[in-house]
Amino acid sequence: MKRIYAREEWCLGCHLCEYNCAFANSGLDTMTKLKGIKINPRIQVEENDGIFYAVSCRHCEEPLCVKGCITGALSIKDGVIHINKEKCVGCFTCILSCPYGCIMPAETGVIQKCELCQTNSKGSPACVSGCPNRAIVFEEG
Amino acid sequence: MGINYVYPDYEVIRNIDRCIACRVCERQCANEVHHYDKELGKMTADESKCVNCHRCVSLCPTRALKIVKTDHTFKPNANWTGETINEVYRQAGTGGVLLSSMGNPKNYPIYWDKILINASQVTNPPIDPLREPMETRTFLGKKPLDIKRNADGCFDTNLPPQLELSVPIMFSAMSLGSISYNAHKSLAVAAEKLGIFYNTGEGGLHEDFYQYGKNTIVQIASGRFGVHKGYLNTGAAFEIKMGQGAKPGIGGHLPGTKIVGDISRTRMIPEGADAISPAPHHDIYSIEDLRQLVFSLKEATDYKKPVIVKIAAVHNVAAIASGIARSGADIISIDGYRGGTGAAPTRIRDSVGIPIELALASVDERLRQEGIRGNVSIVVGGSIRNSADIVKAIALGADAVYIGTSALLALGCHLCRSCHDGKCNWGIATQRPDLVKRLNPEIGAERLVNLVHAWEHEIKEMLGGMGINSIEALKGNRLMLRGIGLNQKELEILGIKHAGE
Amino acid sequence: MKSFKYVIIGNSAAGIGCAEGIRQIDKKGTIAIISDEKHHTYSRPLISYLLEGKTDLQRMKYRPDNFYKQHNIVLISGEKAVSINKESKTIKLEKGEEIKYEKLLAALGSSPFIPPMDGLEQVKSKFTFMKLDDAINLDKELSKDKKVLIVGAGLIGLKCAEGIYKKSGKITIIDLANRILPSILDEDGSVIIQKHIESKGIHFILNDSVSRFESNSAFLKSGNIIEFDILVIAVGVRPNVSLIKNAGGKINKGIWTNEKCETSLPDIYSAGDCTESFDITCDKERILALLPNAYMQGECAGINMAGGQKLYDKAIPMNAIGFFGLHLITAGSYEGNFFVKSDKSNYKKLFFKDDLLKGYIMIGDVNRGGIYTRIIREKIPLSTLDFELIKERPQLMAFELNERKKMLANISERSV
Repeated sequence: MKRIYAREEWCLGCHLCEYNCAFANSGLDTMTKLKGIKINPRIQVEENDGIFYAVSCRHCEEPLCVKGCITGALSIKDGVIHINKEKCVGCFTCILSCPYGCIMPAETGVIQKCELCQTNSKGSPACVSGCPNRAIVFEEG
Repeated sequence: MGINYVYPDYEVIRNIDRCIACRVCERQCANEVHHYDKELGKMTADESKCVNCHRCVSLCPTRALKIVKTDHTFKPNANWTGETINEVYRQAGTGGVLLSSMGNPKNYPIYWDKILINASQVTNPPIDPLREPMETRTFLGKKPLDIKRNADGCFDTNLPPQLELSVPIMFSAMSLGSISYNAHKSLAVAAEKLGIFYNTGEGGLHEDFYQYGKNTIVQIASGRFGVHKGYLNTGAAFEIKMGQGAKPGIGGHLPGTKIVGDISRTRMIPEGADAISPAPHHDIYSIEDLRQLVFSLKEATDYKKPVIVKIAAVHNVAAIASGIARSGADIISIDGYRGGTGAAPTRIRDSVGIPIELALASVDERLRQEGIRGNVSIVVGGSIRNSADIVKAIALGADAVYIGTSALLALGCHLCRSCHDGKCNWGIATQRPDLVKRLNPEIGAERLVNLVHAWEHEIKEMLGGMGINSIEALKGNRLMLRGIGLNQKELEILGIKHAGE
Repeated sequence: MKSFKYVIIGNSAAGIGCAEGIRQIDKKGTIAIISDEKHHTYSRPLISYLLEGKTDLQRMKYRPDNFYKQHNIVLISGEKAVSINKESKTIKLEKGEEIKYEKLLAALGSSPFIPPMDGLEQVKSKFTFMKLDDAINLDKELSKDKKVLIVGAGLIGLKCAEGIYKKSGKITIIDLANRILPSILDEDGSVIIQKHIESKGIHFILNDSVSRFESNSAFLKSGNIIEFDILVIAVGVRPNVSLIKNAGGKINKGIWTNEKCETSLPDIYSAGDCTESFDITCDKERILALLPNAYMQGECAGINMAGGQKLYDKAIPMNAIGFFGLHLITAGSYEGNFFVKSDKSNYKKLFFKDDLLKGYIMIGDVNRGGIYTRIIREKIPLSTLDFELIKERPQLMAFELNERKKMLANISERSV
């Protein structure tokens, strides 16, 4: 299955992926409308001492988040872990479970996570297509 | 601090309606132009630091930025231009030599743009390169003047060593040090993929790049940095660098601060020691001396590798080339005055040397007249900007071209001409690890391959248009060229007729 | 007699996990799920959210409507299993029917514990808070003018309070302990949560207990008297072990199982709140009555029942919960040295011992806490991590480059 992989040797810490992610999932028609909004992306750049890389859902084969989800809102379909925001009540058991720290609270009180841009208008990961240095790739593992 | 005489050249124009304060510009500017002001909640810019490299412009996700030339002006004066005045101010302030990078930007004539290419009509039909074979392969090296037979009567097919190029394009000498590891790697990988050559410059060959040896031309320059037997044996050819188009007649100086780690190891000089390349090779004061070096190199490598001698295009280039052609060298490379550099004194870059078009025409003509054109191949560089320049160069007599600046542009260079600052925001002309990282050689090599493929297509189209189906058939075919807006003397030197003739 | 290859008693997380585990291996073998509740599988912890209006009966279904059909499962609901005959491999239902199994999962759950309290029988309006029907029945009674007394300041009691908050009158919570949530929080954490809940107008009485009831009054040990209209008893739960116990299975605190989730009885597995698990953070058998653990135990049992190989060997206590917008997550055991980081609105405490992270508490900012959970669960030696970084906040940066690459990079990746 194609997954998003981070290549820290090429990550510049520019944080564009976070903005591309926030925009892709915002439903807005232009990125300029993110003006004044504190973004809450599903991908996060970690940085320390000149090292950078972007972390987003690994779409684990044995996803602890799905197994632990108390509502059944998290499910795995064709290898991709999806969140049903209608079902989610925001208990954050998935945040407690995710070994990579890739699930985060959404503004609405429920959770959000990377769904590989399959559920938004982009269709394929916006973080990958917007990365200036191929530091995030979407490829077969 | 006194008076700051110099007003910034550029202005950073930020469209506040578009800016989302994502701070990408701030993170990406090694010159620290951009700054997020927490109190204002806005991005601000200090344009005095801006070198106009467009890194911020290119990465801004909302296209909120552009850089414009300031319209701040001195009283108009055709003689004392703002630039001239500012240069005086600078030197009066520092007492130093003005330094510049990349090629001569002055408004001298560009002869490529005054030469037009022919096309076939009716009598000699054009060839469609999509339907018919078109040969862009070329070989560089000595070509025998006459046919020899062996004792058994068969042709002697032993040729002196040749470089085989899939297209008549090579990447110019750019040292590891002047450009980054990743830029170097991009060139090496692309050269291998394309079946052409890149050139180490005088920085030696990093151990990681030995694997690209068969596509590597290793340079021997006046400092002899990084030259050892393994280096010579690894390269596909040697280039003795006598001069460089951007700074003919002077040497090079890589400050000790840049001689660290890999650079020091590769150049084989101690960390922190200045790398000084003398103006001359101190063992070469004559063609005879040059001949000794040429044959030393050949001897060291069993006569299996061609030797290139690179010179800057200067006034008596034809006579010098004639000497080189008799020195045993296999290839002469001539670098025009528009050639790039990582750092050169501005006055030298902008005032010394001659245009490559004229140098090429006169060298080719001189060698033909002397009957020694077959002794050497000719490679020209110094601002080959596109495929038409290449076709024109070959028709003027070149066997192949070197591209340096074009290759760097493919890697992302925006010709801000600030290489000498060492803070290249595109990860090319820098050794700062955080900046070097910005050039992913995977992308760099792909873009170089794309560029050369694109040019190859265009060369084939132009060849086909002329009714020619191989590069070899274009070489020195000046009938395929006409001049436009050139005077009689220029036409005479170029050896071409005027358009309409 | 009906006969199934797999019979699962219990239609909640462990039972569903088991069915899904079986189906990972065996797509065809017949499965029956027996449940004494007449509902489609639903999520027990959601009953407070149901009262609160954050979910509804449809959305709180643990699996989609077509779940049983999709997995070809026969649901026998509203039927209680009363005994297991391990020799004949049959289960007897309350109404007398017998069902034959080849492999059995006993996901029997737990039941509210009701301590003996004088006069309890006089209280008309009294509830426990475990099952959907409890919530539905409680909901019918609630109104803005009714005072509620909740006995027990644990997870269930507090979630109940949050659930009914907007629908009831004054809420009082009483607990014998001197602080709330003692099983999952340290003292400072308890205070933070208590203050937050109190700020909503909920009243706590701690260090006290009900000595007797008289209709709508609770007489406390301290001598105080609390008037109430509705009583909720949430002092704790006890594992339902009798079915296995009566069949001769080994019982400690809960039903004993091995790492494959087998009980001491042949072909009988057990999972969920009725079992005890080996808590790797304190090396003790404990009852970890938590939904994620129940599911994973059930899944593990299912895979083994269907002939696959799976071990359930990483059990740790863990909780994610929120009260009135204040979130907290906790995991592991609170032993060894500790590190505290707190500010106005957040509290974090890490417990470490013998080069291992043993447990943690995060209140407020719970972002990326799962990284801590992983360090506990995988028993990652702290000496292999950048402890200074991981102390500050959970981040993968604290891992060694190679570990990080395993997590994030495409290992099969070609280089240029």
